[in-house]
Amino acid sequence: MNARPRIGGTGPRRTVLAGAVALLVATPFVWMVSLAFKPKTEVFAYPPRLLPEQPTLDNFSYVWNSTNIPVAMTNSLIVAALTVAGNCVAATAAGYALARIDFRGSRLLFTAVLGSAMVPSIVQLIPLFLIVKGFPLAGGNDLFGQGGTGLLDSHVGLVLPILVQPLNIYLARQYFLDMPQELADAGRLDGAGELRIFWQIYLPLARPIVATIAILSFTGAWEDFLWPLVAVSSPEMQTLPLALSSFAGSGVTQYGPLMAGTFLAIVPVLVIFIAGQRHFVQGLGSGGVKG
Amino acid sequence: MVTDTRPAGAAVNPDPAGPARGPRRRSLYSAQRRAGWILVLPAVFALSLVTIVPIGYGFYLSLTSYNPVERGGPRFHGLDGYLDVLASGEFWHAIWVTVQYSFGTLVLAVPAALGLALLVNGRFPGVALFRAVLYLPRVVPLVAVSMIWLWLYSHDGLFNYLLDLVGLPPVDFLTDEDSALASLIVMRAWKALGGSMIIFLAGLQGIPKSLLEAASVDGCGRWRTLRHVILPLLVPITTYVVVVDLIYLAQSFSEIYVLTSGGPLSSTTVLNMLIYNEAFEHYRLGNASAMAFLLFCLIFGLAYVSIRTMARGGRR
Repeated sequence: MNARPRIGGTGPRRTVLAGAVALLVATPFVWMVSLAFKPKTEVFAYPPRLLPEQPTLDNFSYVWNSTNIPVAMTNSLIVAALTVAGNCVAATAAGYALARIDFRGSRLLFTAVLGSAMVPSIVQLIPLFLIVKGFPLAGGNDLFGQGGTGLLDSHVGLVLPILVQPLNIYLARQYFLDMPQELADAGRLDGAGELRIFWQIYLPLARPIVATIAILSFTGAWEDFLWPLVAVSSPEMQTLPLALSSFAGSGVTQYGPLMAGTFLAIVPVLVIFIAGQRHFVQGLGSGGVKG
Repeated sequence: MVTDTRPAGAAVNPDPAGPARGPRRRSLYSAQRRAGWILVLPAVFALSLVTIVPIGYGFYLSLTSYNPVERGGPRFHGLDGYLDVLASGEFWHAIWVTVQYSFGTLVLAVPAALGLALLVNGRFPGVALFRAVLYLPRVVPLVAVSMIWLWLYSHDGLFNYLLDLVGLPPVDFLTDEDSALASLIVMRAWKALGGSMIIFLAGLQGIPKSLLEAASVDGCGRWRTLRHVILPLLVPITTYVVVVDLIYLAQSFSEIYVLTSGGPLSSTTVLNMLIYNEAFEHYRLGNASAMAFLLFCLIFGLAYVSIRTMARGGRR
């Protein structure tokens, strides 16, 4: 242990140094919180003060009552929930099949999954827009996808491109690959069918990777910007990043409410991040064959 | 643990008596194959619809001239669209901006992330908290980050205040042609720090202790151990960080759209911004698709070159 080089000293000295660096990195967040609680008069005061003299919740009530942000937050939560559900079910199932079941075409499928993960999303953006716009029998379209706006401006349209993500299939596959074959053999000996072996034996043991997939899908959906920008035209369907960006871009920027809205946009990811960490630690101990 | 020993029923095991080996084997395989397809089917269906079909469709579009506002579908014109794009000055300008943006961010973020990883590698009071704080920018949505930096860079924001403190004139960080790209790079580097730091940290913790002990026995000091033992061992992980970040950074869009919309005077128009404008402002879907495929080639090329360069650096 002594051999490990300690750049910046050890013990308390290092705590001070690392603490200073962490504080520096966190500075933008500190100012965001400060501005979110400042009254209008203090936001533009010069010089800027770190602590609000008269902290207030006015910015939050303004965001809540007079902007599109609450509607957008609801939309973002719906989209994120659907994305989490889609990936946890479909990507996990596909990952399991590609890892543990040897069926014709599985290699080719895996290659296709990996390959499609490497193509930049902008390549798919324009054709995807046309496909979603021309979706048959949706949004006023006829059977041939003509006449209406298809799935544009709908939750389904927003979720569709991220409903099942190649990266999540890959993660699930790698996780299931490392699990012992004996579990499946024992299941078969006991007369369980293939789907039941997945559902009742392997899936419960794969909880950590399902949690990881859930967290990645949630944060990805929460932050998605380019697709919603293209797929949404009405304010009622805006997601949170869209609402923040249009609020910032309308007239003179009101930094107080903007920072309050940003604060609200960050809270869910923070909660997921903190709650997720504990789940990861728990998950580490519970997988695999014991005894 | 499997405690359920009931026979699972005829539908699951068509041969409950399980007599001869041959037929049972075969039925097992066919049951497996069926289960395999059932499990992948939803994913295959969704991925075909949103990935595989669009890639093919997009390639077809890139060979056409298509303006959805005008009547009468895409008109096929072979490689003309690609030649148009390759002959246009704004395409090459956007490539140049993309390359500056990506490498500028990498040059700032990767060494800093390595430094942070070295700093929080080890045990000392508060280390878990510091790691979490340093990782924080990584989990916060890019648009939210952009909103915070919009204020930091604003006329009355923190950076202009700091400039004022040392007696310098204010800078219009995001609206001045000379500073907009650099300002975006600094913000993006800050956002990228945490993710790379965690990967470096994993790399550092994977270094066998015996090597570090040997270096210490041979009389290596802290800095020589870092220079001659740790850094060479981190080359593969650095390659990974650089390539993954490069692939992401070359596709940057949201922070640029939100903060500068590619301006002023297209000084921050990265390729994704140009493609977006081409497709959804000017409705030239064919040309935009051709640009998208050229971006794909660029990313592939950048990744390939960095892997090759770093592999050579590691051998030395």
